[in-house]
Amino acid sequence: MDEQLQHLDTLKDIKRMMERSSRFISLSGLSGIAAGVCALVGAWLANGVIESSARYSNTHEVRELRRTSLDSGADLQTYLGNTLIQIALGVLIAALVLGFLFTYLRSRKTNTPIWGTTAKRLLINVSIPMIVGGIFLLKLIDIGNYGLVAPGCLIFYGLGLLNASKYTLAEVRYLGYAQILLGIISLQVMGNGLLFWALGFGVLHIVYGAFMWWKYERS
Amino acid sequence: MKNPIEKLNKVFDSRIRLGIMSALMVNEEVNYNALKELMEVTDGNLASHLKTLEENGYIKTSKNFIGRKTNTTYTVTKAGEKAFKEHISALEKMIKLLG
Repeated sequence: MDEQLQHLDTLKDIKRMMERSSRFISLSGLSGIAAGVCALVGAWLANGVIESSARYSNTHEVRELRRTSLDSGADLQTYLGNTLIQIALGVLIAALVLGFLFTYLRSRKTNTPIWGTTAKRLLINVSIPMIVGGIFLLKLIDIGNYGLVAPGCLIFYGLGLLNASKYTLAEVRYLGYAQILLGIISLQVMGNGLLFWALGFGVLHIVYGAFMWWKYERS
Repeated sequence: MKNPIEKLNKVFDSRIRLGIMSALMVNEEVNYNALKELMEVTDGNLASHLKTLEENGYIKTSKNFIGRKTNTTYTVTKAGEKAFKEHISALEKMIKLLG
């Protein structure tokens, strides 16, 4: 019986070593929390911009203007679209910088190199679905189909995570499933894009990050 | 029935050698520093285990330069792959027999 346990241990060792050597394991839960907070701030800003532009377009002067010139509605749309894209880019950059920072700190702590084969593989595999998704979504914005942007973000991001989960902590897979599911639900209840976007990129990231931090980094 | 213990490979008795083989099986190549961090062993210790594996023809060493630094990478050979798989299936058989 002892001998059997010993062989089982050896097999477990082999499995652990295979995983450790082929996956990027420095990903910090704090990175997830930081990305989630950035997304919530971004969603709050975007909500403000959307509301104020809705108020603005309902004022008496603008209604007058719209009656006389057909273009002013389109102008407002373009302005709104540009502002939202700027907010989205700001959120993306802030989330990436903070996400990188916490993961870098963790890799220093655990003494694993941050830039290696595993990091490269993770980055390539998360990027492909996201770049394809980005191109697709820019085209949707281009043709004025804003309603599909938020569900699209969630679905493509979820697919990216799912694809990347083979190369990092396995729990990332569940975050991927959750994002895809949320994206599909938001397709069914159109008109609540920003709310679902905030749920997916904000709340899910924070929940995931907190769970991962609690599981692996709490000391 | 043949005793599966005979199929267990003596070279893989060492946890470190088995660890090195495991890492090489799932990666095209692994460099020296990455192996050292994975195994958490000293230079001398790692070098001697690598030498044993190479002498048995299970791994292949290649040296190249990144700038001025030498970068030594290791890959598993066909023979190494076969020996590793046989060792694992022997382990599995023994677990089944004993269970």
